[in-house]
Amino acid sequence: MRDEANAGTTRFTLNGAAVAVSAPADERLSDSLRERLGAREVKIGCNAGDCGACSVLVDGAVVCSCLTPTRKAEGRRVETVAGLVATDPVAQALAQRFQDHGAAQCGFCTPGMVTASVALLRQDPAPDEAAITRALGGVLCRCTGYRKIIDAVASVPPALAGAGAAGHAGAAIRRLDGAPKLDGSEAFGDDVAPPDTLEILVIRSPFPRAGFRFGDLDGWLAGQAGMAAVLTAADVPGRNVFGVIPAFADQPAFAEDVARFRGEAVAAVVGTPETIRGFDPATFPVTWQELPPVMTPAEAEASGAPLLHEGRAGNLMCKGFVACGDAGAALAAADVTVEARFTSGFVEHAYIEPEAGFARVVDGRVEIHACTQAPVMDLESMEILLGMDRSRIRIVPTAVGGGFGSKLDISLQPYLALGAIKTGRPVRMAYSRTESMQSTTKRHPSDIRLRLGATRDGILKGCDFQGTFNTGAYASWGPTVANRVPVHASGPYRIADYRAEARAIHTNCPPAGAFRGFGVPQAAIALESLIDELAGKLGLDPLELRLRNALENGVPTVCGQVFSQGVGIRACLKALRPAWEAERAAAEAFNRDATGPLRRGVGVASGWYGCGNTSLPNPSTIKAGIRADGAIVLHQGAMDIGQGANTVITQIFATALGVPVAGIGLIGPDTDLTPDAGKTSASRQTFVSGNAARLCGAALRAEVLRAVNASDQALLSVADGAITVDDGASRHRIALGPLAADGDGYVFAASGHYDPPTKPLDENGQGEPYAQFGYAAQLAVAEVDTRLGTVRLLRLVAAHDVGLAVNPMLVEGQIQGGVAQGIGMALMEEYIPGRTENLHDYLIPTIGDIPPIEPIIIEEADAHGPYGAKGLGEHVLIPTAPAILNAIAHACGVRMTSVPVTPAKLATALAGD
Amino acid sequence: MPYLVPETVSEALVLLRDRRPVVVAGCTDVLPTRRQGDRTDDILDVTGLSDLRGITGGPQGWRIGAATTWAEIAAAPLPPAFDALRQAAAEVGAIQIQNAGTVAGNLCNASPAADGVPPLLVLEAEVELASAAGRRRLALSDFITGVRRTARAADELVVALHLPQPPTDAGGAFVKLGTRSSLVISIAMVAAVVRVAGGRIAAARLAVGACSPVARRLPAWEAALEGRSLDAVAGLRPDPAHLAGLAPIDDVRATAAYRTEAVRDLCRRAVMRAVASATGGSDAR
Repeated sequence: MRDEANAGTTRFTLNGAAVAVSAPADERLSDSLRERLGAREVKIGCNAGDCGACSVLVDGAVVCSCLTPTRKAEGRRVETVAGLVATDPVAQALAQRFQDHGAAQCGFCTPGMVTASVALLRQDPAPDEAAITRALGGVLCRCTGYRKIIDAVASVPPALAGAGAAGHAGAAIRRLDGAPKLDGSEAFGDDVAPPDTLEILVIRSPFPRAGFRFGDLDGWLAGQAGMAAVLTAADVPGRNVFGVIPAFADQPAFAEDVARFRGEAVAAVVGTPETIRGFDPATFPVTWQELPPVMTPAEAEASGAPLLHEGRAGNLMCKGFVACGDAGAALAAADVTVEARFTSGFVEHAYIEPEAGFARVVDGRVEIHACTQAPVMDLESMEILLGMDRSRIRIVPTAVGGGFGSKLDISLQPYLALGAIKTGRPVRMAYSRTESMQSTTKRHPSDIRLRLGATRDGILKGCDFQGTFNTGAYASWGPTVANRVPVHASGPYRIADYRAEARAIHTNCPPAGAFRGFGVPQAAIALESLIDELAGKLGLDPLELRLRNALENGVPTVCGQVFSQGVGIRACLKALRPAWEAERAAAEAFNRDATGPLRRGVGVASGWYGCGNTSLPNPSTIKAGIRADGAIVLHQGAMDIGQGANTVITQIFATALGVPVAGIGLIGPDTDLTPDAGKTSASRQTFVSGNAARLCGAALRAEVLRAVNASDQALLSVADGAITVDDGASRHRIALGPLAADGDGYVFAASGHYDPPTKPLDENGQGEPYAQFGYAAQLAVAEVDTRLGTVRLLRLVAAHDVGLAVNPMLVEGQIQGGVAQGIGMALMEEYIPGRTENLHDYLIPTIGDIPPIEPIIIEEADAHGPYGAKGLGEHVLIPTAPAILNAIAHACGVRMTSVPVTPAKLATALAGD
Repeated sequence: MPYLVPETVSEALVLLRDRRPVVVAGCTDVLPTRRQGDRTDDILDVTGLSDLRGITGGPQGWRIGAATTWAEIAAAPLPPAFDALRQAAAEVGAIQIQNAGTVAGNLCNASPAADGVPPLLVLEAEVELASAAGRRRLALSDFITGVRRTARAADELVVALHLPQPPTDAGGAFVKLGTRSSLVISIAMVAAVVRVAGGRIAAARLAVGACSPVARRLPAWEAALEGRSLDAVAGLRPDPAHLAGLAPIDDVRATAAYRTEAVRDLCRRAVMRAVASATGGSDAR
């Protein structure tokens, strides 16, 4: 028998090399691989076998390394994605196909996906979709919607621009940052700290609302071997408050005296990895006094309810309001009206990468390396919390394993900075899945009452929207949700008489913040459901009813904004017509012949989304230069969280400069090196930072052309330390070596700055909130099991107006990924504090839940967008849930008004209870 | 906190008697439940014991080693009556879990939602336990005694499951209901084994999981099915009275009322599919 003592050595082969590790008996193979053997390509998303990111092959069989004690590897052959892609021809070919299809977006699940796929392909070189679905059902992806992954594994031919193409705006090219996502070298938040760095663990409130008092922290710390520091609010040198909207900033890094939600941080401990690993937070010297919480807006608004924040009477954080015409009179005069109440719960972003990072103090400056969507906003928050001048803070974003809105807010950055400052040593931390789910922002639960009227011939007449949003314990992006919802709740329709009010109410729930759509998806469920109800009452085709009311160029929105160009909703709706007619007929035929419990239905819904901040400045700056050796360097500060900014911004810049994408090197994002390109949010990067990149490229081009007095028609090529300018018949050669370089080392340099033109909204929400909108319409085909209440989706068709698809492959990936999140919101996702704090009780779609999703790209060019491009990131999701609800109603006649439509809810509704 | 890897069952049993370690196999239930700062006892890994691996069959019935993985069961050449077990094996978690998780681990974890239990109940599995003092066999229904509780004594090890040889005219099926397509904890599941003779159901056994603290057979419905014409099975759903003994609860996955209604239809589907399995036909949903 091998009776292995605590420090026993386990020997195995890792990617073909013999290795030996001494690890505690209960250590997970994932931890040994990452921390003892440097195999950081193995990703940890849940430590519970729920996500599959940590998948490795053990003797050729795929397992979760987080569920494998290291000791089990004794004598085995362990393979990770890095080894597979380095040496295995099957994996190498697959990695190429992943890049050709854009099957890796953020790349965090990719090691697990590739590993599980290799196990399949070794057995079955030509798997069908069922085999792929079965083989990959244990790896969650939150970005792609899985369809590109299926295409890559199944060797579907890709639709890429030809080799040698310049890769300019409009070309489907591979992600420029794709290769590291496939070979395992991409460094995410938890991948950058050296081994043996001090670690931080946060002490969190176990109650939604509680008073607390610390014991003798100094005395306690003195008795803790291996513990370097305790952090509390007392250690915050600046103001202990942060928030993404300065006027509403209300969240402490560490709670003081009272915790306002379950999972709120009250303190943190910093210690050696071994100490932190063995530390039981229940032993921390804090005593709690549990207080009665308010968990819903109804409780929070009840008279006598405890106030979460002084000065916010009734726990009302803020309201948003838009009105035009006279909604009440129009509804009274309408030939038909419909009304209903719609509800939705918290939705968790569930990016597969939990928040993680590393910090150190370098020459008196604090450096924070962490995953983020908004490096400059992080810097601004840290400036306040640390009471330090911003020149002494550097934010170096790591690769981001998905964000979807929640990584806009700071999370662990204060603890990292405070830990590094207090100990004087580098520190790291990674949230557990449960910490991530408990403490970071969520989609707002909604409670919406909507009345909608129409004339007999199907012209919308009167709309009254009342939305209450549970904004949780702190403001986060709640004000944005409250402002955006009334602007968007009309959908992309002409409604002359409109009134919409949204209210954000504090509760003792986790902060609700930004999540793909900022409340608009919830509002779209209400509106698009009632449009179908109107169609039913009027006896009109639902698609036709939408077309009759769709906005057009020159027609005012409910904010009174009139776009003379670029309104693409009609084109989106029309693009669905062939599928609509065929699928409606097929579903009706299916149902006519059905004898069993299955019924099919087809639903449609629209969406729109204003790109960028609502009536607020929203600038981006991009700079670039050409070095004496001819290298073209783009300082790209727009965070790529998987959506593709690194690629798209470069494509736009290259187009403007007039050189191939392949010749451009990227720097950043890094607040020391890249100018502020704003946050990755609000579908703004392609539009706003893309415009900055276009202006930067054009300015750099102008610099070069000016040097030789060439015309703007000239062709540039950069090679061998010189720029060649071909201007008609004349050729100029600019030798770069002799030119003087600036402080950045550039002989030519330029920057571009863009801020979209908007105008303020008045007290009735009238104005010009956005310079452009993106438009969308989607069609869902659903099969309802009328006995069990289960819904199986058969097909999604998604038409999206993106103005110009800068990279059609990435556009398709955004569409499919957004649709998948919409499917989750419609059918399975609801975060319940205290109950669904993991990825087996909180369910997101697996690969088998996502039907074929057919993107239709509409390009109704926008005058403000770079080369006509519009934002896309949010409207990919907005129509999905209502299209599914409409399909369910068409299938079985039941109008669901509460998401998620779980089997139990739908079966209950079908039974007429 | 040693990690003990015995090479023989007798070694393992001595360790169990003397040191009372935590017995682990696939670790797919043990590691997810570990919390920050948990102390770990001695660990006894039984997956290296060859006596606990593999599936053997003969006229006397079938023996499934305790540490046989779900992937091994899913791939094993078992008779149609075992279809419920093989289908369940392919729905335990996902492939990563099936490659590591073991059949006895699923039983010893004793989750009400364990996918392995209903098929083994309808296959009338017995659990063989060994200790340094000797061996015993228990019917599976006597082995799992409650939520996360079994009849295994602290010094005992589950070494194998024994299943009687089913008749050649028997077929089986497993129907799982969850909120998504894979990697999902069941809302409810039903396993069925039926014998078919002369166009009728000669005998039927059904078990329901996730609707009571321990998965349960449905003897009243089994009796009611006996002798029913195959032509009628598509319409046969148990009445609530046939579900006596089930005690579903409300939880984050579903309500009790929904579970009760769903189980009625899952029973219908399981019998239809088991009949198809017995008769070599296709799955007639």
